[in-house]
Parts: sequence; C-alpha cells; structure tokens
Amino acid sequence: MNNSQVSLPEFRPENNATGSEETPSAVRSFLLSRGSSAIADKGFSGLMLLCALSIFGIVALIASQLVVRSQLSLAKFGLSFFFRSAWDPPNGDFGAVPFLYGTVVSSFLALLLAVPLAVGVAIFLTEMCPRVLRAPLAFLTELLAAIPSVIYGLWAVFVLVPLMKDYVNPVLKSSLGWTGLFDGPNLGLGMLTAGVILAIMILPVISSLTREVMSAVPHSQREAVLALGATRWEMIRMGVLRNARIGIVGSIILGLGRALGETMAVTMVIGNDPHIYKSLMMPANTMASVIANEFSEASDDMHLSALVEIGLALFIVTIIVNAFARLLVWAVTRGAPARVH
Amino acid sequence: MARTNEFALRNRMRWFGDHAASFLCVTATVLVVAPLVAIFVYLIFKGASSLNIAFFLHKPAPMGETGGGMANAIIGSGLVLGVGSLLGVPIGIGGGIYLAEFGRGGKLANIVRFTADVLNGVPSIVMGIAIYSLIVVPQKHFSAFAGGVALGIMMIPTVTRTTEEMLLMVPHNIREAALGLGVPNWRSVLSITLKTASPGVITGCMLAFARVAGETAPLLFTALGNDFMSYRLDEPIATLPQQIFVYAMSPDDEWHRLAWGGALVLILLIVIAVSLVRYVTSRGVLKGAS
Repeated sequence: MNNSQVSLPEFRPENNATGSEETPSAVRSFLLSRGSSAIADKGFSGLMLLCALSIFGIVALIASQLVVRSQLSLAKFGLSFFFRSAWDPPNGDFGAVPFLYGTVVSSFLALLLAVPLAVGVAIFLTEMCPRVLRAPLAFLTELLAAIPSVIYGLWAVFVLVPLMKDYVNPVLKSSLGWTGLFDGPNLGLGMLTAGVILAIMILPVISSLTREVMSAVPHSQREAVLALGATRWEMIRMGVLRNARIGIVGSIILGLGRALGETMAVTMVIGNDPHIYKSLMMPANTMASVIANEFSEASDDMHLSALVEIGLALFIVTIIVNAFARLLVWAVTRGAPARVH
Repeated sequence: MARTNEFALRNRMRWFGDHAASFLCVTATVLVVAPLVAIFVYLIFKGASSLNIAFFLHKPAPMGETGGGMANAIIGSGLVLGVGSLLGVPIGIGGGIYLAEFGRGGKLANIVRFTADVLNGVPSIVMGIAIYSLIVVPQKHFSAFAGGVALGIMMIPTVTRTTEEMLLMVPHNIREAALGLGVPNWRSVLSITLKTASPGVITGCMLAFARVAGETAPLLFTALGNDFMSYRLDEPIATLPQQIFVYAMSPDDEWHRLAWGGALVLILLIVIAVSLVRYVTSRGVLKGAS
C-alpha cells in the first residue's frame, strides 16, 4: 500500500517524457501496482459468511450433543419417558411427567398473571402516557429485562417467599381453600410462588415487545377511527389492538418461551419435589429446575441420561415456541419504520 | 324522545367504557411499575449495605465466621467472561457484518437472523448441558474454560444481532464514498462502516457481556464453583452468579450478605451497559438504533 503511493509520482514524468502508446497510463499502472483486491475481498466475505454460519453450527452442536448423551434413556424408555410419572434415581426408574406438569402449570400461572398487566402497560405507554414519562419507563423495562435470573431468585427467597407465606397464602387458603387448589402446609415455597416470580420476570419482555408491535401500527389507522367519532378506548380497540393482535399473541408466546426455560429463580423458590400435587401451594419441580438441581450430583449414567433427555425435550419445545412467536411478531413489524423507543 | 334517550344512554356507556379502560391501563402500569421499582431499590440498598473493601479483596470466610469477601468469585467471573468474550465477540461481530454488508436482504441472511433470534430464546441450562457433554465429559473434570465456552456461545447470537442493527444505521453514501475512492470492499467495511458504527457495536458487546455475566445455569456444570482462590483455566472456578446462588440457598447470614453484595455488583454492570447503549443510540449516526 505504502509502496504504491510512492510509485505514483515516479510514473508520471516517465510517461510524459516518452509519450509512447506502449506504456500504460499513470492511473492504470498505479491501479495495477496495487494488485487486485479480489482475493482479499472474497476471503473476507467468506470469513464473515463462516461467522454467520456458526449460528447453525451451534444449533447442530447442541442438538447432536443432547441426542448422544441421552442415548441410554432414549433406548430404555423411548417415547414412554414422557408418559411415565416415576422419578426414582436409586432404582433407575425415570419418567418426565412431574416436570412437564410443573413447567406447564408454572408457565401458565405466570402468563395468567403477567399478560393482562403487560398489555395494559403497553397500551398506557403507547397511547396514553405523557411524553415525559415514556423514556424513563421504557428504560426501566429494558433494565429489568436484563437483570439476571439468579438475582430475581435471591430477591424471591428473602422477600417474596415470606410475603407469600404471611399475607397471600393465608388469604387464598381461607377464601379459595374449598377448591383444593390452595391446600396443604403453608411453606411459602411452591408452585404459586414460582408462578409469581416468573410473571414478574416475563412482564418486561411481553410489555416491551407488545409496545413495539403496537407502535408499528400506522398512525392513519388511529386517525381514521378517531375521525369517525370514536372515543380513545374505541380507537385503541378497533384501530390498534385489532391490527396488532397477531404480534401481541407473538409477544405473549415469546414470554411463554422465556417462562418455560427459566431456571435459577424457579429452582430457588419452587421447592423441588418430583411429585404431582393438586394444590398450588405444594412444592413442585420444572424441567429446567430438575436439571439444575440434580445434574451435578447425578452419579450413575442412567440418571444423567434421563436428565439430558429432559434437556433435549426442553430444547425442542423452546425452539418451536420461539420460532412460532418470532414469525408472528415479524408478520406485524416487517413493514414498519425503524424502531423508536 | 325515546330515541334521544337511547342515544344519550349509549353515549354515556361509551364515555364510561373509555374512562374505565383508561383507568384499568393506568392501574396496570402502577401495579407493575411500583413493585418493580421496589425490587430495584431494595436490591440496591441491601447490596450497598453489604459492600465494603473486604468484599473485593478477600475470599469468603468459612461458614459461621464473619468477614470475608468474594474476590475469588470476581476473579473467576473475570476469567470465564474473558474466555467467553474472546470466543463470542469476534464471531458475533463477523456474523453481524455478514448480515448487514454481504447478505443484506438475501434468503440466507434472513434464515441466519431468524435462527439467531430463536437461539437467543433457548434456555441457558440447555447450553450448559451441551458444553458439559462436549468439553467436561471428554476432559473428565470441570473447568473454567468450559464455562467460558458456554458463555461465549451464548454471546454470539446477541452480538450478531446488535452489530447488524448498528451497521444498518450507517448511511449508504459513506460506503459509496469509500468505494468510489477505490478502497477495496473489505477495507471499506472494516475501516469505514464498522468504524462509523463502532460506538454502537462496542456498547452492544458490553450489553451482551453484562447479560452473560449474570448467567448461572450454564456454569453450574461447567465451571462448577470453587471455595478457594484459583487462576487456572483447567480447574473448577467460582463465579459471581453461581456463588450468589450457593450463598442464597445457604442458612448462613454472613453468606447472605455476600450474596446481596454480589447481586449489586452484577446489577451495576447491567445498569452501566444498558445506559451506555441508550446514550450511544440517542445521538449521531446511530440515532434510533436499539
């Protein structure tokens, strides 16, 4: 590079002096002397392509490792693994039903609590909020979505669990105890507490995505509905929610995907009991929490393999849930202008 | 007369519905924001009262004794995150460059982008199992290196996506100017486009760094944890989030104090990263990128 820059002024007088047609022009020889960048360009773009393809590599790597390590339990139990409710490590008898149940119920509880609130917050932030408040609230949700799971767990162990034990659970027990859903000893730990902490954790995720989807609805839609004499709520319902509904469903499913795989906070408050109880106050276990709890202590291969198979199931389910949700969100925001928070 | 009454009633109902909906939305926001702010403030106060100089300089005291700190976990987190960043940042930035500069709008780029987003949603504990099976099992022992690889792999999709978003904000005429001067494409990408977007790319990497700094699940069976001071990559090592988990579940009050202190350190890291991203994306060329 430096060489060629030096050579440029050297060529010019020579060219002027001879004036012959055989020697190439100054510019041309300058360019020739720099060599072709085709190889460097190809190499560079190939390298970058390789980096991008590494994403597929990671997915393949995870899938293949999980399948290899779960061979033992796949061979012994087959698909019946997901219909058996025994979990008895000393006797080598394994089934995933208690954990499937725990994961589904805790995630469902979390969605039940989080979705109405999250959509309400998103509506407030996009349609009603004074401009001054918008940026700080958006910043706060972004921050809360980034706080690590283990810190939510820490807070839950020392604040939420006593709170549930002293105030929430007794009220639920006396008012709704007859349903059988709020029975049993009041430990503070358990399925309900796990559902609450999950709801707190997925709230920022759902509300920020819902907000994004709602602000992608063109303003002309809102103006058209308002021009017909609608009130603000009618405008939100007909002009915004109806247009954004697919994306809102997508963001809710994305929240579900988060809740399904959430590990640390749930492990810390759910009580870790591989049995199915009807009562939500009883301890339970989820797919992620049983792995976190038992994996490093599992000594025999069968136990380890069963845990990896649960991990494989979790991997496949979250991939499907996330892919579906992304497609829905993408369907709404694809034509939208650049995101403005 | 009856008609007018009906109209008046309907209008009143609509007015009522409008106000009820507004009220519900405001209530929802208050219900959500108040406890979240409460959690945040509680964490900061509890953590601030637990931090002191010893926290950063000493290793933890044995259970039952007072004093001690988390120096071994801070060093461990630093080492593990260092390995993770060495792996995750270059590959992630490379992927982002491909998406924004070479594959823009193409089918392959769309699939890569989609897969990266999906990969972001895969539970971190699954990454932990995969790395356990890939590195820990063949080596037959837990190691800081394995933890670093797990975190590095988790950084790749995030860094790829933020880099892409930042590069897309760079105006086209800057690239055209560079190419028009005869700069080879690879140079124009590296020293023009990437350089213009570098504040955004750097803070994006910081954000990814801060996020994996708090990851616990993948470290449970890769880095495992260690009660002693360790600087070796091929041995188990303590990390901040994993120690917070252990201390929170222990019955010892002194260890609880360490857990709160560790939580505050992680939160500060997150706050700094998120604020920097917002600051960078609110000005200059990168304005509006997220």
